[in-house]
Amino acid sequence: MIPELGQFALILALLLAIAQGILPIVGAWRGNAALMAVARPAAAGQAVFVTAAMAILIWAFLSFDFSVAFVADNSNLALPWYYRVTAVWGAHEGSMLLWVFILNVWTVALAALSRHLPQPFVARVLGVLGLLGVGFLAFIVFTSNPFMRELPMPADGGDLNPVLQDPGMTFHPPVLYMGYVGFSVAFAFSIAALLGGELEQAWVRWARPWTNVAWAFLTGGIVAGSWWAYAELGWGGWWFWDPVENASFMPWLVGVALIHAQAITEKRGSLPAWTILLSLFAFSLSLLGTFLVRSGVLTSVHAFASDPRRGLYILGFLIVVIGGSLLLYAIRAPKVAGGKAFAVVSRETAIMIANLLFATSAAMVLLGTLFPLIGDALNIGKVSVGPPYFGFLFVLLMAPVVLLLPFGPYLRWGRADGKSLATVAARAGIAAVICAVAAWYFADGKLRAVAGVAGAAWVAVGTLSYVAKRWREMPRGRRFPAEMAGMLFAHFGVAVFLMGVMLSESLSVERDTRLAPGQTETIGGYAFRFDGVQETTGPNWRGDQGIVTVMQNGETVHVMHPQKRIYTRGQVQTESSIDAGIFRDLYVALGEPMDAANVEGPWALRVYYKPFIRWIWLGGLLMTLGGFVTAGERRFRAKRVAASETPTEPAPAVGKATVA
Amino acid sequence: MSRLLPLLAFLLLASLFGFGIWWNTQHDQHEIVSPLINQPAPDFQLPVLGDDARKVGKASLLGKPYLLNIFGSWCIECVHEHPMLMTDAKTLGIALVGYNYKDEPDAANAWIAEHGNPFDVIVADRDGRQALDFGVYGAPETFLIDAKGFIRYKHVGPLTPDVMTTELKPAVEALAKESP
Repeated sequence: MIPELGQFALILALLLAIAQGILPIVGAWRGNAALMAVARPAAAGQAVFVTAAMAILIWAFLSFDFSVAFVADNSNLALPWYYRVTAVWGAHEGSMLLWVFILNVWTVALAALSRHLPQPFVARVLGVLGLLGVGFLAFIVFTSNPFMRELPMPADGGDLNPVLQDPGMTFHPPVLYMGYVGFSVAFAFSIAALLGGELEQAWVRWARPWTNVAWAFLTGGIVAGSWWAYAELGWGGWWFWDPVENASFMPWLVGVALIHAQAITEKRGSLPAWTILLSLFAFSLSLLGTFLVRSGVLTSVHAFASDPRRGLYILGFLIVVIGGSLLLYAIRAPKVAGGKAFAVVSRETAIMIANLLFATSAAMVLLGTLFPLIGDALNIGKVSVGPPYFGFLFVLLMAPVVLLLPFGPYLRWGRADGKSLATVAARAGIAAVICAVAAWYFADGKLRAVAGVAGAAWVAVGTLSYVAKRWREMPRGRRFPAEMAGMLFAHFGVAVFLMGVMLSESLSVERDTRLAPGQTETIGGYAFRFDGVQETTGPNWRGDQGIVTVMQNGETVHVMHPQKRIYTRGQVQTESSIDAGIFRDLYVALGEPMDAANVEGPWALRVYYKPFIRWIWLGGLLMTLGGFVTAGERRFRAKRVAASETPTEPAPAVGKATVA
Repeated sequence: MSRLLPLLAFLLLASLFGFGIWWNTQHDQHEIVSPLINQPAPDFQLPVLGDDARKVGKASLLGKPYLLNIFGSWCIECVHEHPMLMTDAKTLGIALVGYNYKDEPDAANAWIAEHGNPFDVIVADRDGRQALDFGVYGAPETFLIDAKGFIRYKHVGPLTPDVMTTELKPAVEALAKESP
């Protein structure tokens, strides 16, 4: 009975979403305040019913209701309660429900925090979000119902995919979806602006905090996913250019371009059409990501579901949403270039160059991801381009961004002052050269390590020297407005990230080895002594646990316990053991005994020494922090200020610049 | 006109996706052409299931074509596939080599005892490391390897009667014609 209530709640939510999607937009068009006023209550109602459906699905998992097919497929009696909750988004139907739920979180937040905006504009924004809700709710109700019964009811269920039984998986999907779905707000703002023909660019200012928060969530989600892949997949890798990773990375790249383009449009009135186009792209790529993962068009290790009917539905939905919004753009995009004039050497130019590079990178990733499909279409067979393609082109496209980055904050809007640029170039350049020489000495001349250290020093010193400049020149309290602090965090994060990527990629030692108990393998100055294997059990698995004692200069640093788990349903899962550190990670994964009959004998082990790998995620977290801090800027909460009224700033006081 | 460009680009993309959905309805999802086809099989050497002292590998199997079937007792699809191996595959006239993938020997033996043993020999790859060289995605998978040790055909997923008659049998017959 209760699962049927869940389904009923979804149908009611769908009906309310239809009301929310149509009435306020018609109201805004006709100037009918009563119709516009439907937006908020309808959004609240939809959110109530979607939340109810979500709660009922969680309850079905918690109460072992195996008569619900989705519950029976993804959980069993032995699965701990916390993984039964996260099993909700462990497969297709539930993750679509999570998508809609998060869309409602954003909608409700927007409805609550938009009281100061003009009513027609809010009505259109909430209307567009309602229409998106219609699309996804109809998809769930008609093709992917998580409350489908399975009768007769099985005595016990299947299992949640063991790779998803990890703490990282509890928050990775919701955070990632907060980012994906969050771009729907910037999208809705743009559509509302196109529909309403907003002449002034005030709406860009209102959109900026939402875009920054969405982007920050997306960054955090990608960081969590990368960390999870590193810890859980047992290969010690942190990024695989897998189609699903690419699906989240493309909106991220466009998102970077978007948050910077919004700054130009908001402050200078320039490039309004480009900003609109980017916000359409960012959300379109989020939808595309969902499509690629869900439709089975591309197969990938992540592809949970593939059903041609679902594929066709999502394709139709994509054509309506993306095709429709691009058509609207073609008809209504601002005709006048507008905005203040700017010189060749100016912050606008720098942001535009970086924007083009980020957009090109996103296109490059899209092309690479779709390559197997293009191969089919041209009848040359399913071909994957893989990491060599992505790695090479991405570095090529991002190198100029890294070069430009320290100049960003120093560049003035309109026309930059060449002297200050020369100063920062000299400082950052000298730092980069010194660090490169030091790295050359310590890293045995490994070119990538040297380049990484030089790049990181260039960005870090450039960013820090701007921090010092502000500290010197501005009075206390006005030194770092939120927007600028966020920008500086994010830019500094780029330096930390660069350092992590280049050093861990070039200096890692990875060894597959066979060790008998008592034997030792030495890498990176650490001796790994294998002390045998003991049996261990968990709630829904049993397994072997290796004991590896790590010693440095004869002293025990850490005792590691890598596991090989066999879940009750027979899936085998490696749980690597990681000794994390700021400057290095030690990583041990347990393979198999060389001789199955003799577990006391030698085992296969994978032993990694990964210097600076943690800096990759630290950099990502700094970027995440930057996004959130920027969104706190007080100016964004101001009422209507036309772009032209913005006082011209003598110094480039506030503003995100160049790249993040 | 330039404002229409994004729309046109998207429509191109959408038609590519439409094609992708159509293509997938026409083709087996698992049909991924292996780069290993017509390449020498990886040089494997593995213990025989239940008899670790005895090793069987590429070298010892040279001289006659054989079918290498990746299976595991944990693999549900393998149960569906097994009758095909027990009946039709035995009539192919070539040796069947079982490749026990990421499995416990006891479980594998019990599974074979329950479902029958169509194989002339079974090798065990407990950690699945050797299977990496074969580009194995999972079980079941089937490789046809010729007398010279070259991979001639690969199938991902269970062998069905359809696959057997339209793909595997013709491939085996082609081999027979080549080297009488």
